[in-house]
Amino acid sequence: MQPKIIFKVAVNSIMKSRMRSLLTALGIIIGVAAVVVMVAIGDGAQLQVENQIASLGTNLIIITPGTSTTGGIRGGAGTFNRFTMDDVEKIKSEAVLISGVSPIVQSGGQIIGGVGNWFTQIQGVSPDYLEIRSWNLKSGEFFTERDVMSRAKVCILGSEVADNLFPDEDPVGQQVRIRTIPFKIIGVLKSKGQTAVGTSSDDLILAPSKTVLDRLSGRRFISSIQVSAASSDKNEAAQAELKSIMRESHKLEQGESDDFTIRDQSDLAETATETSRILTILLASVAGVSLIVGGIGIMNIMLVSVTERTREIGIRLSVGARASDILIQFLTEAIVLSLSGGTIGVALSFLITYILNNYSDQSAYIKPEIIVIAFGFAGAIGIFFGFYPAKKAAALNPIDALRYE
Amino acid sequence: MDNVIIKTVELSKTYKAGEIEIPALKSASIEIKKGEFIAIMGASGSGKSTLMNLFGCLDTPTSGEYFLDGQNTSKLTKNEYAAVRNQKIGFVFQGFNLLPRTTALENVELPLMYKRTNHLKDYSTKAKLALDKVGLSDRMHHVPSQLSGGQQQRVAIARALASEPSLILADEPTGNLDSKTSVEVFHLFQKLNDEGITIVMVTHERDFAMFAKRIIEMRDGKIIKDVAVKERLYAAEELKKIEAETNAE
Ligand SMILES: Nc1ncnc2c1ncn2[C@@H]1O[C@H](COP(=O)(O)OP(=O)(O)OP(=O)(O)O)[C@@H](O)[C@H]1O
Ligand SMILES: [Mg+2]
Repeated sequence: MQPKIIFKVAVNSIMKSRMRSLLTALGIIIGVAAVVVMVAIGDGAQLQVENQIASLGTNLIIITPGTSTTGGIRGGAGTFNRFTMDDVEKIKSEAVLISGVSPIVQSGGQIIGGVGNWFTQIQGVSPDYLEIRSWNLKSGEFFTERDVMSRAKVCILGSEVADNLFPDEDPVGQQVRIRTIPFKIIGVLKSKGQTAVGTSSDDLILAPSKTVLDRLSGRRFISSIQVSAASSDKNEAAQAELKSIMRESHKLEQGESDDFTIRDQSDLAETATETSRILTILLASVAGVSLIVGGIGIMNIMLVSVTERTREIGIRLSVGARASDILIQFLTEAIVLSLSGGTIGVALSFLITYILNNYSDQSAYIKPEIIVIAFGFAGAIGIFFGFYPAKKAAALNPIDALRYE
Repeated sequence: MDNVIIKTVELSKTYKAGEIEIPALKSASIEIKKGEFIAIMGASGSGKSTLMNLFGCLDTPTSGEYFLDGQNTSKLTKNEYAAVRNQKIGFVFQGFNLLPRTTALENVELPLMYKRTNHLKDYSTKAKLALDKVGLSDRMHHVPSQLSGGQQQRVAIARALASEPSLILADEPTGNLDSKTSVEVFHLFQKLNDEGITIVMVTHERDFAMFAKRIIEMRDGKIIKDVAVKERLYAAEELKKIEAETNAE
């Protein structure tokens, strides 16, 4: 038979048994759409966690005074040394694997300005700080090295502070008083929302480190040093470099234990990715089950229609069809059904993920390989169960196929 | 040998139903010449359909040989078997065996689609011609469920005619039809036979067998009688009689 006739016969046959064709295709549509959407939700969640960790800065390295207990050995008495500006300067001038360093000078207090007052924390940092945390400004600008040196009375408001003190206007250019000292607002941070660890990083004020150290009373020391590694793959090396600089700076002898602790975000990142990975596996198994259920549906429909179809095959054989003519026809039918069902399934999953991404909190991300896997699997089921009964029937004598019950 | 279309030598068929063996056809030897019109008769279960299915290459014998048009069919491959069914034989079943939800025209086109030498464009022309022959041109776009039994059987006959075979095999073609419709079908067969097509049919009714030229009787899988019809009936005349009767009433 010519390909044109084969195709025509297959399409005719599909159209003539609309219900059977629809149910078969439906099994494939649901199977494919379920798998793609489920896995997309899992991957979306994973991506979301990864993005959050990235926004936290995977390059971020935090140096705190004192030895950590997590290593198992606790340093003896007298190992607690406060950090000084010299430590920061030494890191800044000697470390080559880092892209920025900032002291953190913690303070806190009542802020007066705008429509009222607000109690918040004040952090004295360096101009690198914005880059270290991958934060962004909503308006205005950040302070410079010069502001630090001159102990300029300038500050940057966190978005929550800005919203509360200046609900109706841009605070840039306005003044606030921090513990009676007037500060000029030169910028406002973009809102960062909840972080992966659940704290808000919008409720704070940033000011030049030396300004906070020298002009604001309170805890007048550097509570930690934050550094960003030049890139995430240089993180380990940067930590080693920082360790030796800090040991040198603190004049620690060989064999003497560190009086500081260097940490990065990888611990947090690991647990978070692990959690979302489990979620993905869970969703994928649910999807796999629905694909199998879809497959069983297809199988049922094909087996139910096998009697009717065996008679049809008998008629075709009796008027002179070869077994190969029958097989090609049924294979074409199964392929047409599986392909159209699979295509609709993929289209449906794109629609569902679009809706999820735009009209819900759930984010979903479709990986191309999932489409291939789902499509291939559903197609294989459709083709196998559409083709296998036909192969059996075509091997019969025409008269046996006609008599089949 | 030249004008012999069917020749069987000790043809036998034994069905196996589990442990039990059913000898449905026992060493049947028969010869049918081109242009003959044969009626096969016999009690139910005597092996008529078994013989017809073997004639039609729809089934394979247990032993013996079957020559169709001088060709030994036991030597044929499966595909050659299919080609023989397609080109040399037109088979008409008692139960019509039309494809459901498929128009009369498409049903008649069926054997033409499986004809390898056929050109795509002329198969629908040929199918229309065959439908015209059985007087159903006006019903070609109707599906079987919209046709009467007689019309369905005529579609089946048109399908048998479509690939212009030299042999038509009909197994109780009128078994599901009333007597007037039956006579119409025999009228069609007689016309086709007059055109030179060999016809072998099975019938239960002696009256209908008289439309043939030769009657073969079977019992228990064996041919017990093989006689020429002496006072042949002509379906055209019978139809006139039936019409006269209905008019008189
Ligand atoms: N597929 C089969 N399997 C087993 N036995 C069969 C099969 N087909 C026919 N038979 C048996 O073979 C014998 C002959 O059957 P066949 O159909 O040839 O009879 P028939 O003369 O056509 O009868 P009828 O007039 O009722 O159609 C019967 O005893 C029947 O039961
Ligand atoms: Mg029979």
